[in-house]
Amino acid sequence: MTALPERTLACWIPDWPVHASVLEHGGAPDTAIALLSAHRVTACSGAARARGVRAGMREREAQALCPELILRPHDPDTDERHFGPVLAAIEEIAPGVDPLRPGLCALRSRGPTRYYGSEQQAALAVCGAVTGLGFVDARIGIADGVFAAEQAARSAATDPGVDAPAPGLRSVAAGAAAAFLSTLPIGRAADPELARLLHSLGIRTLGSLAALPEPAVQQRFGAAGVAAHRRARAAAIAHGVEVRPRTAPREYAVEVEFEPPLGSTEQLAFACAEPADRFVDALAADALVCTSLGIELLDDLGIRHEQLWEHPRRFTAVDIVNRVRWQADALPHDTEREGAGVAVVRVVPARTDRAAAHEPALWSSEPDARVHHRFTQVQSRLGHTGVGTAELGGGRLLTERQRFIPWGTERGGRPSGPWPGALPVPRPTTVFPEPPPVELLDATGEAICVGRDDLLTAPPALLRVEARPLAVRSWSAPWPLRERWWEGRPARARLQLVTEGGEAWLLIGAGRTWYAEGRYD
Amino acid sequence: MNSSAPLRTLQQRIAEMQPLRLDDRALPTAAGLRHLLPGGALRQGASYTVHGSWQLALAFLAEASTAGSWCGVIGCESFGAEAAADLGVALDRCALIPRPGARAVGLAGALTEVLTLVVLAAPDRVRSGDAERVAARLREHGSALIVVGDWPRPESELRVLASSWTGLDAGHGILTDRELTVQSRDRRGVRRHSVRFTSGTVAGEARAPVHRLVPR
Repeated sequence: MTALPERTLACWIPDWPVHASVLEHGGAPDTAIALLSAHRVTACSGAARARGVRAGMREREAQALCPELILRPHDPDTDERHFGPVLAAIEEIAPGVDPLRPGLCALRSRGPTRYYGSEQQAALAVCGAVTGLGFVDARIGIADGVFAAEQAARSAATDPGVDAPAPGLRSVAAGAAAAFLSTLPIGRAADPELARLLHSLGIRTLGSLAALPEPAVQQRFGAAGVAAHRRARAAAIAHGVEVRPRTAPREYAVEVEFEPPLGSTEQLAFACAEPADRFVDALAADALVCTSLGIELLDDLGIRHEQLWEHPRRFTAVDIVNRVRWQADALPHDTEREGAGVAVVRVVPARTDRAAAHEPALWSSEPDARVHHRFTQVQSRLGHTGVGTAELGGGRLLTERQRFIPWGTERGGRPSGPWPGALPVPRPTTVFPEPPPVELLDATGEAICVGRDDLLTAPPALLRVEARPLAVRSWSAPWPLRERWWEGRPARARLQLVTEGGEAWLLIGAGRTWYAEGRYD
Repeated sequence: MNSSAPLRTLQQRIAEMQPLRLDDRALPTAAGLRHLLPGGALRQGASYTVHGSWQLALAFLAEASTAGSWCGVIGCESFGAEAAADLGVALDRCALIPRPGARAVGLAGALTEVLTLVVLAAPDRVRSGDAERVAARLREHGSALIVVGDWPRPESELRVLASSWTGLDAGHGILTDRELTVQSRDRRGVRRHSVRFTSGTVAGEARAPVHRLVPR
């Protein structure tokens, strides 16, 4: 006979998705609520169940049974998020909680039993912690092994082999788990497909599955069959432990308060140097690095200035201080007011990564440290956007096709897409960030525009740039550029021009107004 | 008067034949631009001026940038990144300082330590002391400076005299090739050259006959 599995305490909150949905969107858990996914009911409240609504039912069917049913989409993330506080409440009572799924968690009962005196006392303490959060229908099950404990929590007080010493408390005596499980339907231990197969073979209860020899089950049903067989026999797992406690999430954010508020950026940067060190060290202790960072500055009037900073590699303490400085520099300064400045700085890791993924390679793959050092110096003089590199992007206009990436910010990849209508090579060496208006005139001095037939109304003779007249020698046909007409953007046209002096220009125009998009300088 | 003409020819030939050794202070330069420069390449510690064409100035960056060096463009707000990429400039190793303000010359000097080639849009007025300081840093760190505009005592002064485009006609066509007529003024004297650009890059034709050792 193999050793008995460890005594385990399972805490189950029935209809957890409904509870989570009520916490998220409001309402009362005792009204008829059903959660839907792909037009089928995935979870419903007790009131809905009393009217005949069941999980797996179609939306129309459920509405026909219970017309006042409140239907909401099922969001698994919400379930997960709202279960966090429940786990935290149980961890206050007893450590080592294993979140099996939202609504169900397990912990080893040996420690709490010793601490509280008896299993019943321990279970009552856990139950009290959960009902204290408002989940009055929480159930605690104690049995040998996680599966038996979960089934005990879900069992009725009158089921054979179950003790119900207190409401919401179900206990199966040590060594009696196999007998308790033997009457349960096969669907509790096997996945639906396997359960259907076993049913058709006449194996309808866990007891009849447990009676089969394990090698035969393995031969016929494979790994899934063996797993179900082990659960049915309430056998201990071969290696390791069944309950794997979660590691409680740690708070890495650091916050610094200043009284009185600091007005000078330099003071602020100096004061943030130590917390920034602490922030990086705390992450490093858990073998993490921060690759994206949120900085919140709260000024003396309580106005919050938030910004998210990306880093191409990882944030060091110096990088963080620099980001704080740049962000503080960008704050609107009011010289009139006395004592104005930053009262609270909060640094929050927005994205972290394993430190092992950021170890420097043997032949360093990062840009030269000297380059980084010099550019950071320039940034501290000119500001964050003072120095950077250019990156090509997607689009049709020249200004859309290139982006300025400040140093220390992650470069993205080039977006795919052929971009028909983009300019072919050669491309202008000078791209005006703000295209200056120019005048395009014909021989009589009349302004030229692009007609309905996408042709120029007259051959251009004169181009006037900043009051400088240039005689036109040759020009291209206008290339229509129809973008986002559904947003009401007017149709535009592009034109290449060469002047008598040999200057080549790229114009873009809508109607009679022309702008110099670029110059082939 | 009669005797001075052969004399000048002789002097010129001597000047052409003098650097008959491997130039260890040369920076990689595109083949199509070598004939513009004395010594056939950009030299470490030297400054050059280009008048009249940003394309020509950026073309000087291409070869060094492709070879893995960092380059910089200071003071050019209307930098055409795509055109630079077409010329062969690696954009992820090309630092841009679009608005350096009054510190442009100081920054150019400070960044010579990390940038092998710097293109600087000349500020309105350059003090000769500042220029000397930059020149000293260029020599110290083995970088070169290309100024678009005026600069005191350049190694070579390149001035675009004419630019002609092909491919475009009255109402049809598209710009394709460009030919620049460039006047260079350096220790070789004043000369005229032509530089051709095809599909956005320098056309690398071996124009000058090989009569000196020039590193690649």
